[in-house]
Amino acid sequence: MLSANGLACERGERLLFRNLGFELGRGEALLVVGGNGRGKTSLLRILCGLSAPVAGVVRWRGDPLSKAHEQYGREMAYLGHANGIKDDLTPMENLRIAAALNGRELDIGTATAALERVGLSRCMDFPARVLSFGQRRRVALAGLMTAGALLWILDEPLTGLDVEGVAMVERMIRDHVVAGGLAIMTTHQPLALDGLTPQTLSVGE
Amino acid sequence: MLKFLFTVIRRDVLLAGRRRGDWLTAQFFFVMVVSMFPLGIGPEPGMLRTIGPGVVWVAALLASLLSLDRLFADDYRDGTLEQMLLSPSPIALLTLGKAIAHWIINGIPLLLIAPLLGIQFNLPAEALWMLVLSLAIGTPILSLLGSIGAALTLGLRGGGALVTLLIMPLYVPALIFGAGAVEGVLSGTGSEAHLSLLGAFLMMSLLLAPWVSAMALRVSVE
Repeated sequence: MLSANGLACERGERLLFRNLGFELGRGEALLVVGGNGRGKTSLLRILCGLSAPVAGVVRWRGDPLSKAHEQYGREMAYLGHANGIKDDLTPMENLRIAAALNGRELDIGTATAALERVGLSRCMDFPARVLSFGQRRRVALAGLMTAGALLWILDEPLTGLDVEGVAMVERMIRDHVVAGGLAIMTTHQPLALDGLTPQTLSVGE
Repeated sequence: MLKFLFTVIRRDVLLAGRRRGDWLTAQFFFVMVVSMFPLGIGPEPGMLRTIGPGVVWVAALLASLLSLDRLFADDYRDGTLEQMLLSPSPIALLTLGKAIAHWIINGIPLLLIAPLLGIQFNLPAEALWMLVLSLAIGTPILSLLGSIGAALTLGLRGGGALVTLLIMPLYVPALIFGAGAVEGVLSGTGSEAHLSLLGAFLMMSLLLAPWVSAMALRVSVE
């Protein structure tokens, strides 16, 4: 489904990595490992199409990303360092507007269920501004669940989450992959995916 | 496609409604700048009538610049811009929607305040109407061209000042034809030519600005 070939990335004239490649099919997960500043986030941004690689090509269903913007936009969900949550909107509004921007209608029932699943049932009607860092991360995770995407690209999904939150994310990723989805993630914390062994890709050595 | 455009506009208008303080700053700035001129120059009706259209137009330019540096910056900071860039719709529609929302939020209030401010300059009724009409055609140009500057300077330190320097020169035609239309009414030479040129400039901005702004946005976010 997703394949990368000969990827190279430069940041400020410094070569972060080159000749990186992998293939990922349905029901597979990829864990990107590497120390700080090695280019994990840069790689993920290339994979989701936010930045262009210096060399190499990323393909989704056989088409290069530059040609598949519309389809890729519908089938891929990205969770970056920033949560993509508007502080002035409530979690509910955030989810529904994000869905509408992606061309989907999200009814209140589904959004409520997603927010309940990430443990935010009591904060649905407050502006996101008053939520804690971890709670805002959970709103972003609820957005991920309601996105209905086939491919998840997650940059440090565990930051700011408590023990129970980490377990929840692990469960989410596992369920998603077992159901035939694809997941690419980075993390510095051990990730227990319960019977699922992700491929690993190390960057910048 | 159109649904995406409307969602972007609705979202930005909703957000502006939640942060009324930010939104009112530009409007008050507009009123203040225009009101300073009669106070500074003195109550000489002929003189005020001559400078009136130009002063209102320049103040409208400045007020629109004041709110422009936040057009993409807030969304960039909290990551919502990334998410919108990754949505299935073309990025030019996003920049078009943002520019239209900027006009609704910042441009339309200027149209409503302008005639009141024109009275301070002793402008006759026909000139006041023409002022509103020229601003109605001209302020969307300011939002559209401004979105290019806001996209180019996204993520730069001191981006606000840079937007002003980059975009001011592009505003010159709008200023000349906009203020010229009102002066045409005052001097009796007519204003059709000015309005037609202003309209042509609006069409051109509407056609080109979203694309240029989308390209700039891609580069800035990378």
